Amino acid sequence: MAKINDFIAERLPLDDVMNALKHKQVPVHKRSIFYYLGGICLYLLIVQVITGILLLFYYQPTEAAAYESVKFIMTKVSFGWLVRSIHAWSANLLIFAIFLHLFSTFLLKAYRPPRELTWMTGMALFGVCLGLGFTGYLLPWNELAYFATKVGTEMTSAVPVIGDTMKEFLRGGSNVTGATLTRFFAFHIWILPLTLAGIVGIHLLLVQKLGMSRPLSQQSKPKRSMPFLPHFALRDLNVWLVVLAILVGLSYYFPAHLGDPANPMAPTPVGILPEWYFLFMFQSLKLFPPHILGIEGEVFGILLFSLAGVFLLLVPFIDKKSAKGQKSPLFTALGWFMISFVVFMTIWGKFG
Amino acid sequence: MANTHEMSKKPARTVKEPAKRDFLTKSLAGLTTALVGFILYPLGKFLKQPPAAGGNVKRTLAAKVGEVPNDSGKIFRFGNDPGIIFRTPGGELKAFTAVCTHLSCTVQYVPVESYILCACHNGKYDLNGQVISGPPPRPLEEYQVDIQGDDIMVTRA
Repeated sequence: MAKINDFIAERLPLDDVMNALKHKQVPVHKRSIFYYLGGICLYLLIVQVITGILLLFYYQPTEAAAYESVKFIMTKVSFGWLVRSIHAWSANLLIFAIFLHLFSTFLLKAYRPPRELTWMTGMALFGVCLGLGFTGYLLPWNELAYFATKVGTEMTSAVPVIGDTMKEFLRGGSNVTGATLTRFFAFHIWILPLTLAGIVGIHLLLVQKLGMSRPLSQQSKPKRSMPFLPHFALRDLNVWLVVLAILVGLSYYFPAHLGDPANPMAPTPVGILPEWYFLFMFQSLKLFPPHILGIEGEVFGILLFSLAGVFLLLVPFIDKKSAKGQKSPLFTALGWFMISFVVFMTIWGKFG
Repeated sequence: MANTHEMSKKPARTVKEPAKRDFLTKSLAGLTTALVGFILYPLGKFLKQPPAAGGNVKRTLAAKVGEVPNDSGKIFRFGNDPGIIFRTPGGELKAFTAVCTHLSCTVQYVPVESYILCACHNGKYDLNGQVISGPPPRPLEEYQVDIQGDDIMVTRA
């Protein structure tokens, strides 16, 4: 065993990595709990990759076979229902964990220098995960997914100049058809996961290099910390076990639905809703009148959301006070406003 | 050998080095651009889905006469898009595109209250395809309807 270790140590700088991890310290203060969110996201991502690969053993990405193959997974394959339900629940929990991670990072101003790139790669990961959620939703080729994809891809046509080309590119034609399904499969299985893996690598490298951010409110207090190995890593593992229990519990008691197969020639059913994480945008778009300032209401709304996205992405450079290590109440208020907006609109969209 | 020796004694030709370098740089840039173009052009073309058959259909059979009683509607395939045909409570046959002008969901006929509904964002149109309420920005495109024997035929302009 020692010989094998020596053989590897001579060829790979694993000792350097282990030394760096051994010296890594995690700040301890009353907001330390938020440090677990990044790890939860990583864990759920790993679950997604494993269950996703398992589903690929049976899933068939064609208009004629997709729905039946998912039905086969749910009804005939041993534990197929569990694997698919964990994949679906883990996707939802991942988006939820990213929301929490994003907003806690925002409110604690952990984006301030030198962690601007960590924040921006995090925002990119959020975008890619939303893309994965959107493309994965269509794959069972059921009624809900069909219309959600129709609405979602139609929204891209609101982008000035290239909108229609983008819509046609995503759909593989002017309509949502089997061509869209094949394209979304390519996005969901290869393009987005590869992109995600690359950005996750950079994000984690930055987190390791720059360490955990100590919030401004905790700067004046005594600086306590704990070693990452083994203290924090073991706590991380405990949290992951709890998340696994929640995941399996949710999948067992609320297995993923399949619904009716997609029928492009049927009217959109009444009461149709997108996935909960798009609900706040869906609800907001309902409220815009047909025309605002001479442009179509939906175009106006989508442009507004895009601007908000750009603002969030660039917030480390906009929030000058935090960058100087000062308190920044305006951005705290903005953070709470965004959280309230998303929560309120989501609840209204669901139950209103 | 003697020849070579003689040649080396000749004064070196004056080559404008910057001009030569400039030429090579520009050539290289041009070739690289061409190479990228050679890769991107077929790639772009490959990613564009070939047009689906049936996209240019101008006239189609929407329904049989008996399929659309008074105050009811039916979705039919018109090329690659859905269309809607309905008979008003007064007995008039009308046909429109079934693609909502808001975010392209498929609309439906609501009997008794007699209007066209898009269930995605609660857009409502009257029986002439005009927007009554909700977010749709434009009216629905209307089709011509005529009856040939037992068939209800629909034509678009």
